Amino acid sequence: MRLYLEVARLSFRRHLAYRAATIAGLFTNSVFGVLIAAVFTALYRDRAGDVAGFSLPEALTFVWASQSLITFAALWGWWEIATAIKTGDVVADLMKPFSFQGYWLSRDLGRAACHFLLRMLPTFLVGGLFYDLALPRSPLTWLAVAPSLVLAVVVSFGWRFVLNLSAFWLLDHRGISSIAVLVVNFFSGFLVPLAFFPPELRAVTNLLPFRAIVMLPIEILLGQRAVAPALGIQLFWAVALALLAQAVLASAVRKVVIQGG
Amino acid sequence: MAAPLIVARDLSKTFLVARRRGGALGALRGLVDRGGTEVHAVAGVSFGVGRGELLAFVGPNGAGKSTTIKMLTGILVPSAGEATVDGLVPWKQRKRLARRIGVVFGQRTQLWWDLPLIESLELLRHVYRVPADRFRSNLAAMRELLALDPFLATPVRQLSLGQRMRGDLAAAVLHDPPLLYLDEPTIGLDLVAKARVREFLAEINRDRGVTVLLTTHDLADVEALCRRMIVIDRGRLLYDGAIDDLRRRYGTHRTLVVDRDGGAWDVAPPLPGAELVKTEGPRAWLRFDRQKVSAADLIAAVAAGAPLRDVAIEEPAIEEIVRRIYGEGTGAAVAEDARSGRTASSGGTLPADEPDRDAPRIIPRSP
Repeated sequence: MRLYLEVARLSFRRHLAYRAATIAGLFTNSVFGVLIAAVFTALYRDRAGDVAGFSLPEALTFVWASQSLITFAALWGWWEIATAIKTGDVVADLMKPFSFQGYWLSRDLGRAACHFLLRMLPTFLVGGLFYDLALPRSPLTWLAVAPSLVLAVVVSFGWRFVLNLSAFWLLDHRGISSIAVLVVNFFSGFLVPLAFFPPELRAVTNLLPFRAIVMLPIEILLGQRAVAPALGIQLFWAVALALLAQAVLASAVRKVVIQGG
Repeated sequence: MAAPLIVARDLSKTFLVARRRGGALGALRGLVDRGGTEVHAVAGVSFGVGRGELLAFVGPNGAGKSTTIKMLTGILVPSAGEATVDGLVPWKQRKRLARRIGVVFGQRTQLWWDLPLIESLELLRHVYRVPADRFRSNLAAMRELLALDPFLATPVRQLSLGQRMRGDLAAAVLHDPPLLYLDEPTIGLDLVAKARVREFLAEINRDRGVTVLLTTHDLADVEALCRRMIVIDRGRLLYDGAIDDLRRRYGTHRTLVVDRDGGAWDVAPPLPGAELVKTEGPRAWLRFDRQKVSAADLIAAVAAGAPLRDVAIEEPAIEEIVRRIYGEGTGAAVAEDARSGRTASSGGTLPADEPDRDAPRIIPRSP
């Protein structure tokens, strides 16, 4: 256990180093937050009342929360393992007496912790400073958001882990990458709240893991969903994807040890 | 009687390489029919390594050296044959074996690219659960031996290749492995960095009793470090034995360099049983077979023809010898081996401390 804490700590420190990227990213997220907030504001101007259960402040909260989730939950892809597979450095990790999956999960949690401080909080603060957001009054809701965010990262990691392992079979991950980003952005509720989707499409998103990455944490924040069942769904997907990842990893390792990767 | 640390018997690895077909139709067929060609990367290799040995695997690119090492670390499962490393079957007990071995791949790194070197090293204490005081003393020893201090706080991505290799060497031994594998540890390094790597290997082998098994195609590594070498090509053992024996056996040709006193060699020196390689002003190079003519006789003959100022005898470089083995594959020496009954099937089982362990074996290539 100590090892995995140390790995997460190192990963945290490593991501702390990219200062220029942090500032540039914060700027980009904020600009997009302002743009998308303008779109939603225009949408709500000529309507009295809610859209699909979202008031304007709730919609704006969605905008800033989803923007601040981008880096934290690595919505736009993350290919560190695939790169290590390509360079062959992955062999060193496979030869270590630790769980490969646990090692990378720790690295990703360390990364997410760093991005929480450097990217997520500041982006959300920008939104909170300049917009009228629907923030929860009860500290209990804030408390519920914390495990929901952790689970969001774990679900996101499980998905990305499986995608990265495809590098053991495919020569290039760029094709998969662009499709994967599109799928996550659409079905997670990052582009528009899933409540805006027509019922048939909503039924589809309910069967997929992606809402556990963006929509469920935001719905918990907005108090739109009972906390325990929402966390339950996230936990379910975290475990399911971890098991899937384990199976894919086992088959990847089998391939490596037989075909030499 | 201590058991050998590594025993490999008829170790083989065959890869299936996908057949590439030309054209769109060919690509489509490739999707359906995944037929391929079999490549025998390692084909029936047997050898033993005793505790405390420092042994080199030598061979050209694609000879099967790395594949052999990978099987001995457990990251590759052999297609046939068996092996034990420190009593473990590597590919079945990979995680257990991982605690007892250190591994360095010359063109890869296990260090964290963006972080100071020291962070990667400190992490290994937790990876291998090394007791804190033991780890501290090991780290101190490595800092001194590899002169790490000047760049311990530098991010790995800013290190030179030589510095990074020193970092990787330290990383491989901080958990006190009794066995260290190195795949091309000197590749791409300049002479100074190479020398430092060699010093390090010699020292941990001598002072810490670490068994070292390295692959290289730089024969200078072998000459500087090892008493024993294994020559491997196209997946087969061509030679396993002492370097001196190899020289004795294959290096029958030596070169006499003579400097004439006064004037150039306008007429060729007399050559009883030798051939003239070249002359350059007052200096001449004479290649001779020491089984046909002794150096003393040759010098005397040359000195009788012209006054000499200086003579020197050049030993054949291992490189040249190995090139000859590659070239011949099977030859006189092999026939000799067949007579003495040393073939691939009997040689690999030699226990480490049998008296004739150092006797060389040259293994015929199958037709």
